[in-house]
Amino acid sequence: MKNNEPPLLEARGVTISYSGNPAVKDVSLSIYEKKITAIIGPSGCGKSTLLRSLNRMNDFIDNVTQEGQILYRDSDLYGANVDPVEVRLRIGMVFQRPNPFPKSIFKNVAWGPTINRLGGDINVRVERALKQAALWNEVKDRLDDSALNLSGGQQQRLCIARALAMEPEVILMDEPCSALDPVSTARIEDLMFELKQNYTIVIVTHNMQQASRVSDYTAFLESGKLIEYGDTDEVFTRPKQKRTEDYVTGRFG
Amino acid sequence: MAAKDLEKVPMLGQRSQSLRRRHLTSAVFKAACISLTMGAVTVLGLLIYQVAADGLPWLDMQFLSSFPSRFAEKAGVKSALYGTLWIVSITALISLPVGVLAAIYLEDYAPPSRLTRIIEINIANLAGVPSIVYGILGLAIFVRFMGLERSVLAGAMTMSLLILPVIIISSKEAIRAVPSSIRLAAFAVGATHWQVVRAHVLPAALPGILTGVILALSRAIGETAPLIMIGALTYVAFIPEGPMDEFTALPIQIFNWTSRPQAEFHELAAAGIIVLLVVLLSMNALAVLIRYQGTRK
Repeated sequence: MKNNEPPLLEARGVTISYSGNPAVKDVSLSIYEKKITAIIGPSGCGKSTLLRSLNRMNDFIDNVTQEGQILYRDSDLYGANVDPVEVRLRIGMVFQRPNPFPKSIFKNVAWGPTINRLGGDINVRVERALKQAALWNEVKDRLDDSALNLSGGQQQRLCIARALAMEPEVILMDEPCSALDPVSTARIEDLMFELKQNYTIVIVTHNMQQASRVSDYTAFLESGKLIEYGDTDEVFTRPKQKRTEDYVTGRFG
Repeated sequence: MAAKDLEKVPMLGQRSQSLRRRHLTSAVFKAACISLTMGAVTVLGLLIYQVAADGLPWLDMQFLSSFPSRFAEKAGVKSALYGTLWIVSITALISLPVGVLAAIYLEDYAPPSRLTRIIEINIANLAGVPSIVYGILGLAIFVRFMGLERSVLAGAMTMSLLILPVIIISSKEAIRAVPSSIRLAAFAVGATHWQVVRAHVLPAALPGILTGVILALSRAIGETAPLIMIGALTYVAFIPEGPMDEFTALPIQIFNWTSRPQAEFHELAAAGIIVLLVVLLSMNALAVLIRYQGTRK
């Protein structure tokens, strides 16, 4: 990898266990500013667990223990004086299945900034977030409609807008397209290119093509271990590890 | 399927033996469900008819606005009706906040420890304790120990004890039914635990919580045993003006009338039952209204 910048987020020897069974084993990797980092690997390899550890969403799962360090701009995300709420303000998340609040489209986007008193005109903020998420034109005339009336792809873009309205530095995406059709998927991939100008994105995906299309860096996990991490081009065209090659070319095992 | 196998397959429209039997079982089950439901509804209908036939002639303003009397034609349910309304209101004021907050604590905040499990199991057990036992408890603690005497407050607190397990259990169910994806989404935009509960968990669970509360209060309205236990009076010629006043309640008045030998008083009891039913149904209607308002937003 030819990146000499300091990383924005850095995992150092991270091991995460559920009731003593390690799901992520001694993973160290760096995530760089305004780049898209993809995490790929077979089901159950610990991708999502690793992703959730980056904004402390694992705090909500019982019996999770974590070792190692995760640094954000050189400060420990899990430090004793760090409030997890503050972490999630700066590091937003989009989930695997669209999970809008059962409220109006407007309230879905406006709720986060309102409760955190982010200031400014809330209408401007909602409009900006919806425009960034490429949803504005479809919903501008019905902001008071229930978000549940939107299609799956629109709901997922609404969830992205909800995360963007917080103006985080990092957006974590956990297989954001797995519940979507190819057209919606393409729209969200286009969106990610746009968002890269201003945001750092980490995306977990099952879809090889998606990882190779959108990401700058790719990490390959297998059974909780980081097998290979590097420039996406290299990981997909000249992998250093045999297992990576087998996985990205579709020859498993 | 190979072409030669096709000859063994019956043509469409020729139902096989086993399929006919399966449809028959299905039809028998449906008929059983319908007849049992109709049976239950018929019994209920007969009961209501009986009560209405006996009680309706007695039901007038005089009945609603008179105190009990030795003479059937002068007797009324005024004190019992007011007593019941007092008891239900104060019971709701006590048990709604306590029950809902306990449910939120147990579902959302309590650590998944052995102690939490023991508490939950015991709340479920309490829901099955006979109401007379709560009456004895109320008599010992509220009436005697706390010195509340035979007051509305003592009655309402005893009723609250009785229905709290039901409120807690049904509220817990309603809170648990809120999808965890909604909670996670709220946490992911930097909400605190209270903000998640206040803005998302409670509104989504509210219809279920209200249903449980109304069912529980309906039970409180009909309960007689604990009130008799703590010493609610059967002859009250005044209406309670505060929570420390003595009182009687509709079921007690009805019970009292049915245990008299004269037939007129039995008909008065029927009229009292109609009043009790009206109070109960209006409460249910109110709950439906609140639910409807809640889900429309």
